[in-house]
Amino acid sequence: MSNEIAIQPGISGHEVHEHHEAHHHHETFITKYIFSQDHKMIAKQFLITGMIWAIIGGLMSVLFRLQLGYPDLQMPWLEDIFGHWAKDGKITPEFYYALVTMHGTILVFFVLTAGLSGTFANFLIPFQVGARDMASPFINMLSYWFFFAASVILMSSLFVQTGPAAGGWTVYPPLSALGDASQGSKVGMDLWLVSLALFVVSSLLGGLNYVSTILNMRTKGMTMTRLPLTIWGLLFTAMLGILSFPVLLSGFILLLFDRHLGTSFYLSDIVLNGTKILPNEGGSPILYQHLFWFLGHPEVYIIILPTMGIVSEVMSVNVRKPIFGYTAMIASLFAIALLSFLVWAHHMFVTGMNPFLGSVFVLLTLLIAVPSAIKVFNWLTTLWRGNIRFTPAMLFCIGFVSMFISGGLTGIWLGNSTLDLHLHDTYFNIAHFHLVMGVAAFMGMFAGVYHWFPKMYGRYMNNTLGYIHFWVTLICAYVIFWPMHYEGFAGMPRRYFDYMGWESFKQFAELNKVISFAAILSFLVQLSFVFNFFYSIFKGRKVTTTNPWGATTLEWTTPIRPGHGNWPGEIPEVHRWPYDYGKDGREFIMQTEPVGKDESSH
Amino acid sequence: MTWTEYFVIIIVVLIFIVVFQIAKASEYVSVLKGEKKAFQQNNRINAFLMLVFLVVGLGAAWWCNKLLYKKTLLWVPSASDHGEHIDTMMWITLAITGFVFIITQILLFWFAFRYQSSEKRKAFYYPHNNKLELLWTAVPAITLTVLVSFGLYYWYRITGEAPKEAMEVEVTGHQFGWEYRYPGKDGVLGRQNYKLIDPAKNNPLGQDWKDAANQDDLHPSELHLVVNKPVKLIIRSQDVIHDVGLPHFRLKMDAVPGVPTTMWFTPKYTTEEMKQKTSNENFVYEISCDQMCGAGHYSMRGVIVVETQAEYDKWISTQKPQYLTANPGGEVAAAPVANATGAAETVAAPGNKLVAVQ
Repeated sequence: MSNEIAIQPGISGHEVHEHHEAHHHHETFITKYIFSQDHKMIAKQFLITGMIWAIIGGLMSVLFRLQLGYPDLQMPWLEDIFGHWAKDGKITPEFYYALVTMHGTILVFFVLTAGLSGTFANFLIPFQVGARDMASPFINMLSYWFFFAASVILMSSLFVQTGPAAGGWTVYPPLSALGDASQGSKVGMDLWLVSLALFVVSSLLGGLNYVSTILNMRTKGMTMTRLPLTIWGLLFTAMLGILSFPVLLSGFILLLFDRHLGTSFYLSDIVLNGTKILPNEGGSPILYQHLFWFLGHPEVYIIILPTMGIVSEVMSVNVRKPIFGYTAMIASLFAIALLSFLVWAHHMFVTGMNPFLGSVFVLLTLLIAVPSAIKVFNWLTTLWRGNIRFTPAMLFCIGFVSMFISGGLTGIWLGNSTLDLHLHDTYFNIAHFHLVMGVAAFMGMFAGVYHWFPKMYGRYMNNTLGYIHFWVTLICAYVIFWPMHYEGFAGMPRRYFDYMGWESFKQFAELNKVISFAAILSFLVQLSFVFNFFYSIFKGRKVTTTNPWGATTLEWTTPIRPGHGNWPGEIPEVHRWPYDYGKDGREFIMQTEPVGKDESSH
Repeated sequence: MTWTEYFVIIIVVLIFIVVFQIAKASEYVSVLKGEKKAFQQNNRINAFLMLVFLVVGLGAAWWCNKLLYKKTLLWVPSASDHGEHIDTMMWITLAITGFVFIITQILLFWFAFRYQSSEKRKAFYYPHNNKLELLWTAVPAITLTVLVSFGLYYWYRITGEAPKEAMEVEVTGHQFGWEYRYPGKDGVLGRQNYKLIDPAKNNPLGQDWKDAANQDDLHPSELHLVVNKPVKLIIRSQDVIHDVGLPHFRLKMDAVPGVPTTMWFTPKYTTEEMKQKTSNENFVYEISCDQMCGAGHYSMRGVIVVETQAEYDKWISTQKPQYLTANPGGEVAAAPVANATGAAETVAAPGNKLVAVQ
């Protein structure tokens, strides 16, 4: 094997020949594209599966926004497609609740957990720590295929006669436990639980692999404090998943028992329709909420921590100066990860829990604002006196920070139990979490895709489409979610099919039209991103240098199209931290370059 | 599908193709012009848009507020004493977070514009500064301490014990409606057992008729409260989790099957007064179910009438105990039956409870 792609520190834009054939072993179509054990291919599998789910989940939001924006409009084409779910061209309440439930499940778990962590943990960890692959490529492959199985089962639940789960993405019992209480709690709910159980397995297999790879397989010289922030973000994410997903699984299993084995973990004193008296006594539906939110809250950090890492890294590269406060960034990631386990009950202030217990959770919840504030100020200082290149990836970094501020600040409202009494489960809440973990996480994910696309496929995505994608998404996100705060100030509850029967909430009909229009526009623009992605895989401008962004991290020392094993020769040695941009008058210094004698220390 | 719908689809597809062609052309242009020149031009445009977005965005936020403010409850006085605390708390929080929001968003987009790539300038190598980082750890920590202190002070006042003179009303949720039960003249809600629930036998709340305390319990179809008189709601659910959402009182409490919850407050304005305050003659206090409870969740509406003591007394005197409906001709043991004279007074009843008696 030739070693002509020698690692030449400090030299960027140096022409190399493409290496398609740097494999160790012969690969067939099946081992290369389907049951692949190469972390890069598994990352792409996660990404593309995630994109398909995102389109489905986004389309669902378009459908229920049609109902919310135009409750009186008859659209016969809906009946053509969905049959009895949209009788007379109008979405039925059952269909509406199935849509909002599946939208939440798909976006939270299948897109922003598997699609996000699965993609970037797989793609970046071996590259950036300097490893040839994951600690266990086989388990890594299993992780994807468990996710795939979960996807198939969830997808199949969309096609059963009684429809998919429809009790909200949190599937609180007793609603989710009793088929007689809701159509969606029949077989659709079983499929949901089985799918999510497989999803937990996938997540655990992946997470264990990520942690062991980061801890054990770093290249020579790659100490923990020389890791890029992407890796720190992914490490904490994987740890959160490993510690909290099993609790969720236990909650689901108890729910399955209640559904089918006659147990009473969550059920007590229930009469359905005034006539059907159930024998269950002594259970507590609140127990489920504790189990669910013990994962559910870390889950929102599982979504946001990887994007914090991606944004820190991509921002530093494009500002051409180091991320400000590297140590503080790691410390705040750690603080957020730790605190995320101690705040779950702030979702439950109005369940009748002990007010003293509530006050403890208020304190711990608002504590999280401190590390979050540190991160925001550090990003702002990173921009200060930089030399900013507005690549599409960089634009999305700025969008991320803007969304994170807007959505994060309202967390201070909702985390304070007194205000939560008024705003809990209103549109204010929808605005809050969509901005801070929905749009922000998507922006971080887009930043990552635009930034590492050249490494994934050896081609660039189209810049102009990227710019349009960013600006329309940013504007639509604010047009959709900013006015929702006002709906929340009117006390308007979420998950309502129609508001026309309510004297207190019917004044927003016009606004709901505007929001729906922006949501549809925003969905179309995301389709243009998907188009750009697939078009560029085959037709994008070719990458001609190994390090197109002038970055310092190890993935840019590999060939343009690295084979399985990543580096054709020796794995490079690391001599410095990853953020030496603009140091001593040099534009950037790669991690592989030894520290010079007269170099200033930071 | 109708022709208009095909037409819309065709237009969307065409726009898509046009945008894509422009995007592709711009890529060729940048190759022709030279990558560097194209990059600089794009960079300037995006940097300028950052500034435009900041200015237009702040303007739009102001405009949005102007359009929507009157549609919210922000300007409507809270209808309960607890709600007043919550409103105070909300304005404090809004002032603090609003200030931080404006400052940080301005810095973000201004820095993005100001420090756009330029060949004349080099990025400033500035990896860390302990003093600065300490500053922006300490300031948020102190600010949040203030918010937590205010919040918990009000939280304990709101969730504390209801005053002794509070009237008690039971609110029960089921798919998809609310039931109300008043304790009657003895001031005690009778024993219940969910297994006794049987609407066919006129016992929709599962009252145990063997308990004498049940015999005067009233089961009206509306919730009537007395202005300026504390009320304690005992909240139950018969099937799935519901939530008693009271936007005008700024309060919420879940209804959990098997685990009764409580919430108390003092209504400050009668329904008639609120009609004037909101300048809406159709105003009603509504109970919205705020916890997803099934296909009819959006229609689970209740109405509260807040009225003066005199109006309330008149109304309650017209209500007939459920016991009499369920047991027509049945014996009325233990407690005396409520008489319908309508003269009301407040007396001390056994068990340290002050209750309204007809």
